[in-house]
Amino acid sequence: MWEYSDKVKDHFLNPRNSGVMDSPDAVGETGSLSCGDALKLFLKVNANGRITDAKFMTFGCASAVASSSALTEMVKGLTLDDAAKLTNDDIADYLDGLPKEKMHCSVMGQDALRKAINSYRGIQIQEKPGNVVCECFGVTDLEIIEAVKTNNLDSAEDVTCYLKAGGGCGKCVEKITEIVATAKMEA
Amino acid sequence: MTTIYTDNNATTKVAPEVLEEMLPYFSEMYGNPSSMHSFGGNVGLKLKDARQKVADLIHATPEEIIFTSCGSESDNAAILSALAVNPDKKHIITSVVEHPAVKNLCEFLEKEGYRITFVPVDRMGRLDTDLLYSSMADDTALVTLMWANNETGVIFPVEEIAQKASEKGILFHTDAVQAAGKVPIDVSRAPIDMLSLSGHKIHAPKGIGVLYVKKGVKFHPFLKGGHQEGGRRAGTENTASIIGIGKACELAGEHLKEMDTRVKAMRDHLEAGLLENIPASSVNGEQEHRLPNTLSIGFDAVEGESILLLMDQTGICASSGSACTSGSLDPSHVLMAMKVPFESAHGTIRFSLSTYNTMAEMDHIISTMPGIIQRLRDMSPFWKKTQA
Repeated sequence: MWEYSDKVKDHFLNPRNSGVMDSPDAVGETGSLSCGDALKLFLKVNANGRITDAKFMTFGCASAVASSSALTEMVKGLTLDDAAKLTNDDIADYLDGLPKEKMHCSVMGQDALRKAINSYRGIQIQEKPGNVVCECFGVTDLEIIEAVKTNNLDSAEDVTCYLKAGGGCGKCVEKITEIVATAKMEA
Repeated sequence: MTTIYTDNNATTKVAPEVLEEMLPYFSEMYGNPSSMHSFGGNVGLKLKDARQKVADLIHATPEEIIFTSCGSESDNAAILSALAVNPDKKHIITSVVEHPAVKNLCEFLEKEGYRITFVPVDRMGRLDTDLLYSSMADDTALVTLMWANNETGVIFPVEEIAQKASEKGILFHTDAVQAAGKVPIDVSRAPIDMLSLSGHKIHAPKGIGVLYVKKGVKFHPFLKGGHQEGGRRAGTENTASIIGIGKACELAGEHLKEMDTRVKAMRDHLEAGLLENIPASSVNGEQEHRLPNTLSIGFDAVEGESILLLMDQTGICASSGSACTSGSLDPSHVLMAMKVPFESAHGTIRFSLSTYNTMAEMDHIISTMPGIIQRLRDMSPFWKKTQA
């Protein structure tokens, strides 16, 4: 059994702002059925660029639901500029931490938020920059390098905890180990 | 809140009768059965009795029973012995749905240079026996297959396969950890060379296992040292637990009929009730050749860990086929090997019953589960899409 904080349990058992939003101003979607978790984030944004409401739909484990619930609470009232600065660590901190193996749930929250903000601003982001390393979860080398640098990851195992990469068939673990080593040298 | 325990393929409670038999052997009759004095020797007599009871459950003789520390040790001992006594043979046949005790050892051996054939299963969890038979080669040392699958309860035709292996001079081992006490096992009916059992799946304590080695089959000990277990497994006997598994095997034999009738009826009732009351749910695995106590059921568009934690809030204990509970990220290798679609694999729950369960508990689960699944579906981005 996972050791979840009381806050994670609370946000899982009593999720805030779950459900579909009617005519949202921005939507950010991430994850998939095959990945085992997915989040659809809805935002209402006023004329001043401030988030006035947020809702979510999540498929996933308790920490995925809790991360989504926390995210919606955190972004309400923020300007888009401030919301864009939120990181996965902020989400995990808000929940008094997540088990390391579940950090990818907070990464999912950050990803959905960025996608929602970008879609609101009409920014077309290139689908998945870089080359796909983990085919099971569709994770690219550039994503791995970014995660290693921002979260100070040390091993392929760490990368799996944050991005899931390497956690499926395991074929790419050696390649991830190489990428981690190179990224650490550059950092 | 009362606990409803339906996770008996994970572990079982120690039967009160088993505990009662064991208790005197901790602080009162704590002698070493190898000792010359009667204080220890009397314990030895009790072990002899336990060995007989274990042998009786599977229709073996006491000399064919080796006590180990767990099912995993039994599996390791059997597989490594088969390789040690056949140094020229470098090939093992197993299946893609084995328990990690066998699967991970075989994958390790593959890296060590052995050739391993992982025989696939179909959508219903049935073994591709044609491929299995055609894989048997001159250098095949061992066929190792589970008797019944821990996740789906699907039963493999081990007796038939043991016969084919025997005809080709190949050793046959079966991990019968999940089958024991749930379906009849009779090693005299087929040329099964080695068979693993575990105590804690049949109401004995954790930390005691059994390896049956057929008389005349060469055996190379896994744990080397003292002369215990006829020189086949060193280490001072875990006396209380051996006495416990003896009693548990006696009880298991007595309960076989109840498993096939009352327990099976409860499982069937639970299965029908869940399928009827929860839309987009489906049973995993062949229903005909299946353990009478096991139900693996997938609920579309929701995730297993979330289901289990909400069930836990109501006191219902079960397992999932989901990744998130185990720390790995893909759904169970068993469900993936069966090509169960992701949408129901992630939301698969395994209920496994014992003779201690009641029909009232099944009704309680049937009335509780629809609300839990609906609550999660209401927040799932995939639910409407699935339904439409």
